[in-house]
Amino acid sequence: MGVEQQYIELFDSQRDLIDRHSVGVLNARRAAAREAFAAHGLPTRRDERCKYTDVAEAFAPDYGLNLGRIVPGVDPYRAYRCQVPNLSTALYFVVNDSFMSPSPVAAQQPEGVTVCSLGEAARRFPDVVDNCYGRLADPAGDGITALNTMLAQDGLFVHVAAGVKCPRTLQVVNMSAASLDLMATRRVLLVAEAGAEASLLFCDHSDGRHNYLTTQVVEAFLGKGARVDFYSVEETHASHRRFCHLYADQQAGSRFTFGGITLMAGLTRNRLDLHLGGEGAEARAYGCVVADGEEHVDNNLLVDHAAPGCTSDLLYKYVLDDRATGVFAGRILVREGAEHTASDETNANLCASPDARMFTRPILEIYADDVRCNHGATVGRFDEQALFYMRQRGIDESEARLLLQHAFVNDVIRRIELEPVRDRLSYLVEMRFRGLLHRCGGCEMCHS
Amino acid sequence: MLEIKNLHACVEGKEILKGIDLTVGDGEVHVLMGPNGSGKSTLSNVLVGNPKYTVTEGSVTFNGKDLLALSAEDRSHEGLFMSFQAPVEIPGVSMTNFLRAALNAKRKYFGQEPLPAGELLKLLREKRKLVGLDAHFMSRGVNEGFSGGEKKRNEIFQMAVLEPKLSILDETDSGLDVDALRIVAEGFNQLRTPQSSAIVITHYQRMLDYLKPDFVHVLVGGRIVKNGDASLGYAIEERGFDWIKNEITA
Repeated sequence: MGVEQQYIELFDSQRDLIDRHSVGVLNARRAAAREAFAAHGLPTRRDERCKYTDVAEAFAPDYGLNLGRIVPGVDPYRAYRCQVPNLSTALYFVVNDSFMSPSPVAAQQPEGVTVCSLGEAARRFPDVVDNCYGRLADPAGDGITALNTMLAQDGLFVHVAAGVKCPRTLQVVNMSAASLDLMATRRVLLVAEAGAEASLLFCDHSDGRHNYLTTQVVEAFLGKGARVDFYSVEETHASHRRFCHLYADQQAGSRFTFGGITLMAGLTRNRLDLHLGGEGAEARAYGCVVADGEEHVDNNLLVDHAAPGCTSDLLYKYVLDDRATGVFAGRILVREGAEHTASDETNANLCASPDARMFTRPILEIYADDVRCNHGATVGRFDEQALFYMRQRGIDESEARLLLQHAFVNDVIRRIELEPVRDRLSYLVEMRFRGLLHRCGGCEMCHS
Repeated sequence: MLEIKNLHACVEGKEILKGIDLTVGDGEVHVLMGPNGSGKSTLSNVLVGNPKYTVTEGSVTFNGKDLLALSAEDRSHEGLFMSFQAPVEIPGVSMTNFLRAALNAKRKYFGQEPLPAGELLKLLREKRKLVGLDAHFMSRGVNEGFSGGEKKRNEIFQMAVLEPKLSILDETDSGLDVDALRIVAEGFNQLRTPQSSAIVITHYQRMLDYLKPDFVHVLVGGRIVKNGDASLGYAIEERGFDWIKNEITA
């Protein structure tokens, strides 16, 4: 046991402190998580789903943890104003791993919509939390999930009651801001009951002043016919290590849309496990990655077709420059009996420099007879003919490259259904390509 | 306008142009004819600065400037335009954004402010009508899913927007049906001014009918082997190139 040892020792010595600043339902899951973590450790390159990302290296440094739940001394609600044109979100802040009490405006949710801390949820919805927390995120299945479950003391809880349509996008700004190198353990529990509808926008930021390590585990439960759109925009920093795992369980006729946009990162890994458990469920995952410098971006997806008549659609596009590394793996598993499955998977990548590297593995695994599944992956360079065509028209080479890059990822952005977010992201992507998105200025989604 | 002297050029190490001399004056239309592989397209590409082609000898002066010393984009700003034989599809870059970038780059080159959005749209609307391109093409990707005829019309449309001094039409007529050819040629004729010139590469008499060129040049084996007026074009249309080749070797 190598890197893991320090976390086990920390946990064993601080168990009382951890428990004292948390709630029963979270504390009850720790022992099993510790056991799984001690047994399996963090994922290594030998793990099929982690071949190209060095997890241990990211967890090796000595990070501080806020186990005593000291409330951050900033009031983000005063500091940030959302200025996404035409988008009126209900805005929430998580600073490191502390859920900040929302402003009275954001707190005013309609009947049937609840957004609060997990701690509060454990009191108000004890059955829901007890039934759902840790049910999808199995510590035995993944070392990072195990570590997150060992250490998570609080988190975000979103609940939309049956048939309720959440009118405003729930925007959650995850800020990493501390006075020392810090590890944050984030947890999200999202429950959309039958026929419920909600859209969420997560924006991850870092002040870039210290080294930050974040683990985040999201569990999303979609009841029959529920619709959830979940967008995640990362604008962190070269000194940020981020491991986000999202587990979704979809019942019949539900639709889950994930949009992951990586604009700035250090090392980031997004793992998605989508379980299509009810007939006619639909999963969509779209990703857009812009990386340069030494950035490392890994998206690892599993779509588990466990019921008949489900559809899945995956489209991920990367633009890599300098010495950036991109990793994509998308495994479509069609189980026995999941007839009439329809699945499309595309990963297209543009390497703008000879030193950029892309590893892509679309995987189809089919145990049903009557299915329609497509998958494809491409890695390419700039189209020299198109570049010259544009230059002949007077567009200089750097601008021509920019237009081509922007066009390349824009068909991912186009699939975002929230128009103000789509427009804003298109703009941010352009700024990113122009090199004008140097650092996080709070929430760039909010600051124009 | 344009003066080419003893131009030699090669592509992938193979010499294609072996000493071209050609002078194009203001307001003149020159037609280049010649068998396949004689160097017509190479000459066009060399003039507009395609990096695939290397000039090994000779000089080109364009309105007093050393053309070969300019980048491809600066040649465009200075007023050189090529209608591509095979226009490139650029998925995702809308026609409007593409032309905005092109026009504003040119304005910047001459120290002008970018064109206001309203004026740009008005300009595009006017020029579109010249070649009969529908409005919906403006929001589509450049040449994305365009038919062969639409691509060629789009070339003339871009020419109309950029108002070049010297246009090179590289087989703009190929792949066009009779009606499309008429629209393209008439569009081109409407754009002509007493100052603007053109080099037109074509195989077809019909193009000669429309354009009424001042000069016709025949290229064989990387050299201009015969010069004449429009009647030379008609003679080639009738008799092919062999008699010229025989004439040279005789």
